[in-house]
Amino acid sequence: MDSCGATIMADALLALDELAVHFTVGSVFSGGVKTLRAVDGVTLDVKPGECLGLVGESGCGKSTLALAIMGLVPPTAGAVALDGRDLKARDRLETARTVQMVFQDPYASLNPRQSVRRTLADPLRLQGVTNRTEVDQRVMDMLAKVGLRPEHAGRYPHEFSGGQRQRIGIARALILQPKLVICDEPVSALDVSIRAQIINLLLELKDEMGLAYIMISHDLGVVEHVSDRVAVMYLGRIVEQGGWQEIFENPRHPYTRALIAAIPDPFHRAAATARAKAKGEIASALNPPSGCHFHPRCPLKAERCVTEVPALEAVAAGHRAACHFRERTY
Amino acid sequence: MSTPLLTVEDLRIALAGERTYDAVENVSFEIGRGEAFGLVGESGCGKSITALALMGLLRRPLSLAGGRIVLDGQEIQHATPAEMRRLRGERIAMIFQEPMTALNPLSPVGKQIAEMFVLHQGANWSEAMDRAEEALRQVRVPSPERRIKDYPHQLSGGMRQRVMIAIALACGPELLIADEPTTALDVTVQAEIIDLMAELCAAKGTAILMISHDLGLVANMCQRVAVMYAGRIVEAQVAEAIFAAPRHPYTQGLVNSLPRLGERSRHGRQRLREISGVVPSIATYPAGCRFNPRCAAVTDICRQIAPEITPLPADGLVRCHHHG
Amino acid sequence: MKWGTNTWVGGGLVGLALAVAILAPWLALTHPVMDANLMNAELPPSWEFPFGTDAQGRDIYSRVLYGARISLTVGVVSQTCNSLIGVTLGLTAGYWGGWWDDVVSGLTNLMLAIPSLVFALAIMAILGPGLVSLVIALGLTSWSYSCRIARAQVLSLKSQGYVQAAHILGYGDLRIMFTQVLPNILGPLIVIATLGMGGAILAEAALSFLGLGIRPPFPSWGSMLSEARDQINTAPWLSVFPGLAIFFTVLGLNLLGDGLRDILDPQSTTRRT
Repeated sequence: MDSCGATIMADALLALDELAVHFTVGSVFSGGVKTLRAVDGVTLDVKPGECLGLVGESGCGKSTLALAIMGLVPPTAGAVALDGRDLKARDRLETARTVQMVFQDPYASLNPRQSVRRTLADPLRLQGVTNRTEVDQRVMDMLAKVGLRPEHAGRYPHEFSGGQRQRIGIARALILQPKLVICDEPVSALDVSIRAQIINLLLELKDEMGLAYIMISHDLGVVEHVSDRVAVMYLGRIVEQGGWQEIFENPRHPYTRALIAAIPDPFHRAAATARAKAKGEIASALNPPSGCHFHPRCPLKAERCVTEVPALEAVAAGHRAACHFRERTY
Repeated sequence: MSTPLLTVEDLRIALAGERTYDAVENVSFEIGRGEAFGLVGESGCGKSITALALMGLLRRPLSLAGGRIVLDGQEIQHATPAEMRRLRGERIAMIFQEPMTALNPLSPVGKQIAEMFVLHQGANWSEAMDRAEEALRQVRVPSPERRIKDYPHQLSGGMRQRVMIAIALACGPELLIADEPTTALDVTVQAEIIDLMAELCAAKGTAILMISHDLGLVANMCQRVAVMYAGRIVEAQVAEAIFAAPRHPYTQGLVNSLPRLGERSRHGRQRLREISGVVPSIATYPAGCRFNPRCAAVTDICRQIAPEITPLPADGLVRCHHHG
Repeated sequence: MKWGTNTWVGGGLVGLALAVAILAPWLALTHPVMDANLMNAELPPSWEFPFGTDAQGRDIYSRVLYGARISLTVGVVSQTCNSLIGVTLGLTAGYWGGWWDDVVSGLTNLMLAIPSLVFALAIMAILGPGLVSLVIALGLTSWSYSCRIARAQVLSLKSQGYVQAAHILGYGDLRIMFTQVLPNILGPLIVIATLGMGGAILAEAALSFLGLGIRPPFPSWGSMLSEARDQINTAPWLSVFPGLAIFFTVLGLNLLGDGLRDILDPQSTTRRT
């Protein structure tokens, strides 16, 4: 049975319903007012304790989606519901206890003028935890959980390496014990040899604290490793979603296949997957192609694709793809 | 077996600071004519400054402190600036990670390509612009006749990188050095650019020195790969061997630490094998083997004595006391 | 943290000016206003009168010392006022954007279009001469630079991860502005403040020179210059010493500003290459 509909919405931790975030760009003086459809009708849900991998390249809207879920950007249409209640109806402090975020750039995501202790303690105090011993205890616990030592609490961000800063960022995201954590490219800005440390840490904390994750990444290897379910975005729309194994072993959307084919595989050097590769450049989100956004780059393009927007429909249990040729097996 | 196109022997690059540091030390490799050679390492390992040394572009506080660079039988490490200027563009070309900063934002891209023909081959401007349009066609930029008038900011990242490739290959250099050319690009565009580079260089017989932190990308594209860590080459093998049977603990760590597509289906989700510690900064390079603080197989000798190079079959090498 | 030459030299000069201003009653040889003896008019520098005397026979040395009080008061108070106005407007305009940003930007453009000295002149004309009106006039007319810089800094910081993180952690707007953003934009603002103090001192000198600032017999460096205008050839010491006092104080403020900016530079901007 396909996973959509009211039954799932009820126990979903996060439920997005036809979420759209549009920005108006430009003015009458500079070539007219255009609409940037950063997120264009996304319906998605995340269950407690699960990890949803969100894959896409630049311009696909995944960052804007993250901001909308966090309440940092107002939706133009559609709804964001956390724990069954609409985001708008919740107050800021309550939302802070439910959903948090780990940012991509460890060098820009910590206040350079704040010690680690303050960065972790202030959010607790804001929530009304006034007992100093309790605050200190929770700060120390969190530092230990992310693999840092008590003496690190008094130091400032510039005294740490990129990997350590990311650990501090993770500690900050988890100090309020949220239920959902959005990880926006958490390892892309880190040295290759320490990425494994951070990925392992994120997975351990997920199990230990019963967290749900939305893992945003362009690195398919990482996404396959950590996700329970995967959603693929292109120019503001979800083009395919399903369980991780389904998506990676049986991708039904040409864009997903193109992403997988683009990963250099040293063991299969012949370009056997050349047919699956996408041509050309990613279109601008300001002026997306008509019909199916992917058609200019798609190896399967047909007449229908230019005029008719394919719906996100089921190809198998829990697996949906937005392609007119979704039934086609490769 | 013809002479190699480029021979680098015992290269040493010094960094002047509170004292003089060895940013790069004892680096030796060879690139054959038309061969694709990969240099892999993380940020700070010295791969980029090695490329700059080859191009004669080292500036204070960096300087070439020793070794030989032989291009087609001719030693160039002591070449004068004028000689290097002639070499650059004509015989060795380079493309960089950020095309936006490498291209002149105030000049149309067609003109920037045409400049190569005018400066190096004495063509006149109108002939050069025609050839620039042809060059854009070769790098598969759609509608090249219109694109030659575009400014860099009007093009997407992938397009700009194609322009860079066109500029670099304009005068048919013998060696193309590519320093992280696709790191700033999206995955699908990355694949196209790599394919394009490989194809064009194969067609023109240009050798490629591909520099990247992505071992998979380099191993896929190149025939031979060298791995650098903290200023030294720690392993070099043919591409398939580097991935299938890495000999140096660092390479092994890199290969094993990153999740690969298909692994989870085959073996379930395994905890990724971490490499502990952090990449050392140049001021804090450990004594002995520079990888020793992070190595799982470390012994006393590793902490005291820097390992020598052990040759491996098929022109490979590894720098480890325990080359396991 | 190395304190560069700028900080030492600048700090030294400013410190000297401050010390002089505070200790004037003890360092001065005579009363700056009352001890006027026409018998001693326009005497060149001597042991009795180290800087000479002015047309009223008053000791210039003592007047320069007391003049420090006025110049520094004008400099510090008016610039503090300017900075408060400018930073508040710039911070809120940059952070909230929207119509408020439009209003503030419009105001700033207006202020920048009118030379601040002219504006100050106008206010002085309404309020009349004197120290208080001087401080008010100067304090209300030079906030545009701090505003503009503060706004630009806020705009570039708004999208930094830690500002977004603060939002997500439930921080309110005001808390974010004052605890997350403001501490990180202090560098350039401090430079502007010290430059501004120097500028205010010069402006006081100019206004007093025009007869609109501090009125005689009270000693301010500017009014002393004004009174010495006609005697520049015959009695140069009347202008040289107040002029030097202004020069060294403003120089000191500028150097101090540069030095402080270097000290306050967030070290986090050093990244590994």
